[in-house]
Amino acid sequence: MTKIEIKNVYKIFGDQPSKVLPMVQDGATKEEILEKTGHTVGLDNVSLSIEEGETFVCMGLSGSGKSTLIRHINRLIDPTAGDVLVEGTNVMDLDQKKLIEFRRHKMSMVFQRFGLFPHKTVIENVGYGLEVQGQKPEERNKVAMEKIEAVGLTGFEHQYPNQLSGGMQQRVGLARALATNTDIMLMDEAFSALDPLIRSDMQKQLIELQSKLKKTIVFITHDLDESLKLGDHIGILNHGKLVQVGTPIDIIMKPADDYVAAFVKDVNRAKVIKAKIIMRPVNSSDDIDKSNLVKVHEDQFIDEFLPKVVCSNANCEIVDKEGNTKGYLTEKELSKALTKEHMVNAVKSVQ
Amino acid sequence: MQKYKKFIKPIVYTITFIFFIIISYRSAKPRYKPEHFTDIFNDFSWLQNWPKWLDFPLMQPLNSGFDFLIVKYGLFFEGINNFLLGLYTTMKNSLVGLPWPIVIAIVIIITYFASGKKTNTTIMVAFCTFFLGFLSPRYWDKCIMTTCIVLIGMLMCIVIGIPVGIAMARNKRVRNALLPILDLMQTIPSFCYLIPGILLFGLGAVPAIIAIFVYAVPPLIRLTDLGIRLVDKEVIEASEAFGASKKQTLWGVQIPLALPNIMQGVNQCTMMSLAMVVIASMIGTRGIGDEVLLGLQQLNVGMATEAGIAIVLLAIIFDRITQSYGEKIQERIQVKKKVDL
Repeated sequence: MTKIEIKNVYKIFGDQPSKVLPMVQDGATKEEILEKTGHTVGLDNVSLSIEEGETFVCMGLSGSGKSTLIRHINRLIDPTAGDVLVEGTNVMDLDQKKLIEFRRHKMSMVFQRFGLFPHKTVIENVGYGLEVQGQKPEERNKVAMEKIEAVGLTGFEHQYPNQLSGGMQQRVGLARALATNTDIMLMDEAFSALDPLIRSDMQKQLIELQSKLKKTIVFITHDLDESLKLGDHIGILNHGKLVQVGTPIDIIMKPADDYVAAFVKDVNRAKVIKAKIIMRPVNSSDDIDKSNLVKVHEDQFIDEFLPKVVCSNANCEIVDKEGNTKGYLTEKELSKALTKEHMVNAVKSVQ
Repeated sequence: MQKYKKFIKPIVYTITFIFFIIISYRSAKPRYKPEHFTDIFNDFSWLQNWPKWLDFPLMQPLNSGFDFLIVKYGLFFEGINNFLLGLYTTMKNSLVGLPWPIVIAIVIIITYFASGKKTNTTIMVAFCTFFLGFLSPRYWDKCIMTTCIVLIGMLMCIVIGIPVGIAMARNKRVRNALLPILDLMQTIPSFCYLIPGILLFGLGAVPAIIAIFVYAVPPLIRLTDLGIRLVDKEVIEASEAFGASKKQTLWGVQIPLALPNIMQGVNQCTMMSLAMVVIASMIGTRGIGDEVLLGLQQLNVGMATEAGIAIVLLAIIFDRITQSYGEKIQERIQVKKKVDL
């Protein structure tokens, strides 16, 4: 079921966005618009739909409009043109009062620089969403304590945010977003300000939480590894345009244009590609030497079984959970999956 | 239409300017004017010295406007006068009536709690308070009068200044309209409103309170405005994203986070009030300021200096109490910064 639908959204920053809109719709580039009118194009005809329960990662370099896009979903920013539908309701039609109700009960948000309230303790921060809903202190503290426990910050609830490290602060941010128990979570570069170790820790924690809670998550990042790790679907933005939407494998194997190709050229493909993606099915495997086989589970990533295969100089037999043979892998498929040839070509043409 | 928009403002300015010149020419006395206005374009001697007909008539309308104010709204001003005077006399009489050790004790208690139980600050303020009377027993009651005037002036500043500052921070138009007025209030010589103050409110404490308000409210308004606008944008976004209404964001997030700046404004406000109290003694306001004036009139340098020291002590007391309260709030908001240093 589609949870969030974004339809032909344009966002132009400047004094008179509506006057510049026709130019953008006629296909003028970002640079032309800036030169001629002094307006900045934030989003250029973006349409996408996000399914219920999935993690949608929106990726792009800084200035590509990804933070602008996520703020359209809860209307922290109003689009110049276009519609945003959440569970079938058009967010653009909501008046101030309904919008506030909508933000209170439908979605929560995690921010890049945490956005914590420095004058409130951790428990007050986590309970803020409930506080604005008008819940009593005892009730909201009870919920807040549960969420603090869920992110592993028990014992810190009466500290002020500035007394915590960056990673702990973002856990508070995450707990605050979980406390209102909304279906949708918006995460704006939530882990970008953290150092690599803590970041991967937080990613793991998010994946764990998500496997339990099954929320619809819109995640913004400029880090490809992060998006491949977290995303069920990935959308890539460039200069305010949505260039490609697809599963992580789609993005890596079939980059839509040079920009995406340049983006994915350095990715460690062995860590992203699963055995079942590249295997040869049983019915076309007659010519494969089956004397020396290594059993590989279909959901394993290449880098998990590659050393074993190389050491024993064997071919792989791909099996599913029950142990049924699904297909085979030889050196040929593996080398094809791991070479970047077509990508190298694409990158050359960019240069 | 779009093209001509940028010409509108210059045209309006030019028309106003020409209009002003015509008014000044018309209202000038006939003997200052050339016989016929076309003479201006024949005889250019008026370019040498500023001609007397080029004189914008601001004095007359101001005078008649002021008279009108006194006649028509006299009752209104009297109401304000009675209210402020009543407040002042009750406050002063009750404080003067108290034995002096009790007053010192009250100051100590206030400082102790406002500063977050800092003993050093408290002891210092206690000493300063003691020295007010210690310098000259005459000063004690006079310092209380001055304190009452400053407190009432500050109260007015806070009650009016902080909401205005908030309005300024939230609305660009309000800010654009108010900024020149604030500049005017800060730069216009204080006697320009002290004297009219006497005409409206009579001699004594009330014109001093009004003067304090005019002189001391601009920094409070500016710092409130600045403090609210300086609150981290992401924090405000966070509050909005969780569905806080404008009111909830203002009271729950913006004002608490702007409080250090607002307290700095209140602190500035008190310092400027004390400076004004001395000037106000020249229009007959009683208090520690008139001791300075008296000393100067008698060329008694020692006396003037002694009274001056009393004012400085009073300033230190006010400063420590307001400052330490601001610091206490700031500490909580910026713990991390202090650790990093």
